[in-house]
Amino acid sequence: MTMTSEPTPAAKKKLGLKERYALMTRGLDWETTYQPMEKVFPYATYEGIKIHDWDAWQDPFRLTMDAYWKYQAEKEQKLYAIMDAFAQNNGHLGLTDARYLNSLKLFLTGVSPLEYMAHRGFAHVGRAMPGVGARVACQMQSLDELRHAQTQIHSMSNYNKLYDGFHSWRHMHDRVWYLSVPKSFFDDAITAGPFEFMIAIGFSFEYVLTNLLFVPFISGAAYNGDMGAMAFGFSAQSDESRHMTLGLEAIKFMLEQDPDNLPIVQRWIDKWFWRGYRVLTLVAMMLDYMLPKKVMSWKEAWEIYAEENGGALFADLARYGIRPPLGWQQACDDKEHLSHQAWSTFYQYQGAAPFHTWVPSPEDMAWEAEKYPNTFDQYYRPRFEYWAEQEAAGTRFNNATLPQLCQVCQIPMLFTEPGDPTRICYRESEYDGETYHTCSDGCQAIFDHEPEKYVQAWLPVHQIYQGHCFGPDADPTSPDFNPLLEVIKWYRMDVGTDNAPYEGSRDQENFQAWKAMQTKN
Amino acid sequence: MAVAAVKEYVGERKDVAANLPPGTQLTYVGWIDHLMFCAPFAFPLPSDMPFGAIVEAVLPEAFGAHPDFAKIDWSTVTWTKGRQPFTPDFSKSLADNGMKHKDSLTFSTPGLTGIKGSHS
Ligand SMILES: [Fe+2]
Ligand SMILES: [Fe+2]
Repeated sequence: MTMTSEPTPAAKKKLGLKERYALMTRGLDWETTYQPMEKVFPYATYEGIKIHDWDAWQDPFRLTMDAYWKYQAEKEQKLYAIMDAFAQNNGHLGLTDARYLNSLKLFLTGVSPLEYMAHRGFAHVGRAMPGVGARVACQMQSLDELRHAQTQIHSMSNYNKLYDGFHSWRHMHDRVWYLSVPKSFFDDAITAGPFEFMIAIGFSFEYVLTNLLFVPFISGAAYNGDMGAMAFGFSAQSDESRHMTLGLEAIKFMLEQDPDNLPIVQRWIDKWFWRGYRVLTLVAMMLDYMLPKKVMSWKEAWEIYAEENGGALFADLARYGIRPPLGWQQACDDKEHLSHQAWSTFYQYQGAAPFHTWVPSPEDMAWEAEKYPNTFDQYYRPRFEYWAEQEAAGTRFNNATLPQLCQVCQIPMLFTEPGDPTRICYRESEYDGETYHTCSDGCQAIFDHEPEKYVQAWLPVHQIYQGHCFGPDADPTSPDFNPLLEVIKWYRMDVGTDNAPYEGSRDQENFQAWKAMQTKN
Repeated sequence: MAVAAVKEYVGERKDVAANLPPGTQLTYVGWIDHLMFCAPFAFPLPSDMPFGAIVEAVLPEAFGAHPDFAKIDWSTVTWTKGRQPFTPDFSKSLADNGMKHKDSLTFSTPGLTGIKGSHS
């Protein structure tokens, strides 16, 4: 073994930030001689990314592990004090309405498990990176993500004592149809190489799209009286700015190291922008339909966080030869439709979702029409009003037939053709004698580039038809076998409570009764 | 393009017809101009089932909740398969109509454009 660094002189005076960073992130490793370096870092080159000088990696925060522990411990103390106070003072009764809780159920089942996966992903990628600066930054992010998962679970566990649908989020994440959307997104990322993962999660998700996920949820919590969720949001905020910096540093580093990296990085940006954007479909409907007190529309959020901020980012990256992702324009055009199409889907598949849905009230529809003057009244109001009439007549529209899914994003094929909101967008690819269906040019391009990866997709609808989604006590040969009911049980949804419409739900009844106890005798 | 990998990469095809009960194929069906049904449906159907049975036995349960469904004049309906015009023979089986596993059909119902003409 040959140590590559000089022995450190005994520190007499306090070190400056820059010196400290250099000492704590450089020269910590050595050139191995018993094993060749390619064997120690087996994933460092196969993706085609060329790195010549790992010491060129710069962390603008210059955070070192010793300082990291101190900062994080202080934040934890504050966070848990707020969460405890919220729980002890029955903070849930200060919510605007129990409908709000459904956005938390969506977050807990769909997003918190991804925080844990991000923890695993960054730990793995950190190990795979031959440069120490990058490795230390990945290690911190890995720990951050573990903390995010924990604090989210702790904060939402208070609601599990009182409300339906919070109990089996981890079990559901691996099984429920719409949760295969976020799950497959992350599984795709962690099964890629370390550099693709950095572009997928570090750059595309944490840098380009993260504000569209966290700002809506955390502002939604603030607007609707949820101190617990707000507190974990604020506690994560300083981590998020570090993650964004890491993502940006990663992409710049790759682009500066070798001109051959540009086309590879550009293709990853195209892919991961689109995959991340598809996952955000869930956020769009949360903003426009699930928050009782609304923060802003999806369209407004998209204009601020994607069109303005993202536009500036890609203008900045143009000097490296990077262009905005393919699919960017379509995403901008679809801002008029996304949330309405998504909420319509969950409304009709209420029976298979562990959170409550409802038809927007006349006041809410007025809000939609004001925010979406080009589309709501023309394309979406008629169906919601029809569904409201059906509910009033006691014949709520429940769709009991399973939908066709996109092979890549795994969302039901609900998206419409670019420029024509009256036609479903269908794309078909042939691979190895079989047909594969995708929802968009973006998903089709992803499939066509790596078909061998996506033929393995665990598509919930196909899995149900193949008989893989029933519990051990289900008996498909019995004459009264109800396959859909058995699937819901296998999901561990409490039938008739977790998956009931909001009107008449136990959440609604309890919240009203508890509020009344608080204010009356 | 192949998947970048450190060794030979082979993916398991999860949705081959052989994974369904014997003699079954998946068929997807969407109803044009009726987006109240958020997406096309996926049906596991016997390959030897006559095409007419789709219209008589499969679609009513799936699409019947729409007020337009009862108004359909099936003699005027036009079909596509894989986005191409398709003229099914109702008396022949799916297989004999040239339909294979995971084919995607749409049908259009002239004159019917959804709730209040909104394509819903
Ligand atoms: Fe996180
Ligand atoms: Fe897709």
